[in-house]
Amino acid sequence: MPPLINPITLFFASIFTSNILLTNFLGMCSFISISKDWKSSFGLGMAVTVVLTITAAVSWLVLRFVLVPFGMEYLSFIIFIIVIAAVVQILEMVIDRASPALYLSLGIFLPLITVNCAILGAILFMQIRSYNFIQAITFGAGSGLGWWLAIMLLAAIRERTEKNPVPAGLKGPGITMITIGFMAMAFIGFSGMIAVQ
Amino acid sequence: MSKTMAILKDNLWTNNPIFIQILGICSTLAVTNNLRNTAIMTLGVALTTAFSSLTLSAMKDLIPRKVRMIIQVLVISFYVIIIDILLRAYLPEVSKQLGPYVGLIITNCIIMGRAEAFAQASKPLLSWWDGLTSGLGYMAVLMGIAVVRELLGFGTLFGIKIMPEAFVPWTIMIMAPSAFFLVAMVMWWAKSMQAGRKPEAKPATPGQQATAAAAPTTTAKA
Repeated sequence: MPPLINPITLFFASIFTSNILLTNFLGMCSFISISKDWKSSFGLGMAVTVVLTITAAVSWLVLRFVLVPFGMEYLSFIIFIIVIAAVVQILEMVIDRASPALYLSLGIFLPLITVNCAILGAILFMQIRSYNFIQAITFGAGSGLGWWLAIMLLAAIRERTEKNPVPAGLKGPGITMITIGFMAMAFIGFSGMIAVQ
Repeated sequence: MSKTMAILKDNLWTNNPIFIQILGICSTLAVTNNLRNTAIMTLGVALTTAFSSLTLSAMKDLIPRKVRMIIQVLVISFYVIIIDILLRAYLPEVSKQLGPYVGLIITNCIIMGRAEAFAQASKPLLSWWDGLTSGLGYMAVLMGIAVVRELLGFGTLFGIKIMPEAFVPWTIMIMAPSAFFLVAMVMWWAKSMQAGRKPEAKPATPGQQATAAAAPTTTAKA
């Protein structure tokens, strides 16, 4: 991997050309179950973006200053999971204190996020591609926004197609998968613009 | 004996993790354009599910309910790290190709789903069997998808050329959208088959009841 990618390029690349959901299939479980409802999708997408940005920064620091100096890279999976769980927990408490209104709209999604594959996936990508600190933050924020964009688009599409006549066997998740497939095809159209993988 | 068979059938077909519960698609779909990688990944998922169910079921009385989730995740990570180290030692090339996806087995929703829905309330050996068969049900579907994707996308199976020289590879099969379409096809086929057989209603097994009750919550959690 070329270590020096312009952070701005990286930011847009992680939203559009290598969208974490549509090209890497990460975070599918909650994506399919939550996208029935537009409002919840917005909340969950925002929560993913916030958590992903913060955890990317924190895990980069942990990786650089704790895991590598002590030669504990083999423990990285466990450490990253603990970092994610801790960040989610702290964020939940902070939001609860600072803004009860925000807590009502975001708070219920926070526990779901600990086991969202997109978060751990982005952090592992960050580790494997050895991003620097700025790149890690922009990559985290971009991936989160990309996830938010994808779930919002899908929720909007599902709202429109809900009443459409679909073969019985395809109802629900089946037709949703096909919709996601078309979205992924549309996003491939972006891939000529920026070449970062 | 009948109970183990019931669990096997339940996990492979009636309650298959992919086309009925829609769990755990995240981590593995990305590698389904290569049959060998899919086989190794899904095997990893199956083994992790089996052994984490076994462990969690064996120590279920020792875990306080409040910290249950984090303990489950830690046990799962433990097994995934073992698999990662084994892969790095014996199959370094595959390990490099799989990249971050091996680590992502941790967040595979099936594993936690089984731990919550089955291992929580069952004996260790039965939980092990349940985890293993869930993993096999998962494996069967993804291997099927991988066969189609590799055959049409590269003209090969396990890297061996199958299609004639004149065959033009379907580039779309290598890329992400085809995986979504193929999963939808499998769901369609399986649901139509099951709907056709509905009339012969049988008494539900405890495993079925447990998963049926827990399925909505686990899906939401994941």
